[in-house]
Amino acid sequence: MAFISVFDVLGPNMIGPSSSHTAGAAVIAYLAQKMINGTLQQVEFILYGSFAQTYKGHGTDRALLGGIMGFGTDDTRIRDSFQIAKERGLEYRFETNEKETDVYPNTVDIRMTNTAGQTMTVRGESLGGGKVQIVRINQVKVHFTGEYSAVIVIHRDTPGVVAHITRCLSDRNLNIAFMRLFREAKGDTAYTIVESDDHLPESIADILQENQNVYEVMVL
Amino acid sequence: MNFKSAKELLELCGEYGMRICEVMRRREITQGELPGEEVHRRMVRVMEIMKQSAMDPILNPVRSMGGLIGGEAAKLAACQEKGGNICGNVLGRGITYACAVLEVNASMGLIVAAPTAGASGIVPGLLLALQEEYHLPDEKLEDALMTAGAIGYLAMQNATVAGAVGGCQAEVGVASAMAAAGAVEMMGGSPVQSLDAASTVLMNMLGLVCDPVGGLVECPCQGRNAAGVANALAAAQMALAGIRQLIPLDEMIEAMYVVGRKMPMELRETALGGCAATRTGCTLCRSARAPEGAGNTGM
Repeated sequence: MAFISVFDVLGPNMIGPSSSHTAGAAVIAYLAQKMINGTLQQVEFILYGSFAQTYKGHGTDRALLGGIMGFGTDDTRIRDSFQIAKERGLEYRFETNEKETDVYPNTVDIRMTNTAGQTMTVRGESLGGGKVQIVRINQVKVHFTGEYSAVIVIHRDTPGVVAHITRCLSDRNLNIAFMRLFREAKGDTAYTIVESDDHLPESIADILQENQNVYEVMVL
Repeated sequence: MNFKSAKELLELCGEYGMRICEVMRRREITQGELPGEEVHRRMVRVMEIMKQSAMDPILNPVRSMGGLIGGEAAKLAACQEKGGNICGNVLGRGITYACAVLEVNASMGLIVAAPTAGASGIVPGLLLALQEEYHLPDEKLEDALMTAGAIGYLAMQNATVAGAVGGCQAEVGVASAMAAAGAVEMMGGSPVQSLDAASTVLMNMLGLVCDPVGGLVECPCQGRNAAGVANALAAAQMALAGIRQLIPLDEMIEAMYVVGRKMPMELRETALGGCAATRTGCTLCRSARAPEGAGNTGM
């Protein structure tokens, strides 16, 4: 079990009313917007399970929209996120899916489109106490929590890429806490997620990008 | 410096001649790798938010998102002004603050989860009331919060603080145990007395179910936060009077966990049992879930 800090007990500092339905929702959306480059133009949220049933009373919608605009769990602007999104020209929509029941009770799919027309879909689960996990990026099943500084490398599934990633990190004396590779199919697109004990600098993205088999790099 | 049980915590207190708050602070620095000043800085922020959320709604009552609560703190404060304080100063203020924090929480205001959002009124409620009544400095409040944090950590480490897993006893029960131990610390009690007070609370709140009307963190949550303050205060006073608790805290945490896991799922935050399943609860549940107008869309 990870270290439980006194600030995990007296915390998180958060906009209410629910650590799972409000704070956790904001965290998922915050992580999602970090995964797409450029400026967001449009976002759709598909809510499942308990999220779908009680999202209005818990302000889950406002929290998701706040998170997607980069607000933290303790940002009081979350309450006014509909208004702020309108001012920023961000289009948003909420849908509920109560048919699909084979999902974790507090699950959301976030479909993002940036101003360049690129799209990305991220699925997150809110586990309670503000803890979350990202379980799907586009159609690929992944797993990470956002508790560590992380980098997501989207690349071709081919020999040498993982060695390139670890070399880039070790050259800069960055220690890997967890590293996992997920892929659509052999030789297809792969996602390597590295979580580090150290703070990963934004500049690491450019260095990782130097390999021709690397499509995209996101630092969280 | 680290501990995994109340027994180990007490041994560390004895070995080093430290109070619970001091052991917990050392643990944060050595195991959590946070500098002492950073721990203090974060604690100051916790105290700021707690004070704000406990006081604000007295002057500025707010309606909850689900519409089931709002304005309770102002009513309690007005009642006390008019001489209706049958609880006495500490309990009267404590329940006012506890209701206030839940009001802030339910209206999407800023709170500190302690240990959860649904139980966030109890620790600030009781400790802020004591601080005011006895004119204590913030250092005392910070120590009390550290001690309260130690109890919450033990419950998280060895059981659960999630209503969905252990019922309300795991949320309001643990929060009240934290507040009781913190109150003992604040009033100069010993580590044994803090742990005894926490154990007493868990004993007295054992079996409390989580049954939120409409699945919202509003009713019965707010009232239970007020009741939690009363439970914590009674247990703290018993401990400070030198009454020993027969069952150690570690065993009560385990008992709470076992009872929680035996609860049927209807009574663990699913809004399918208890208050939520009463006829009135169901009616309120439907109105709370009804969409406001055409739904929220910016497209």
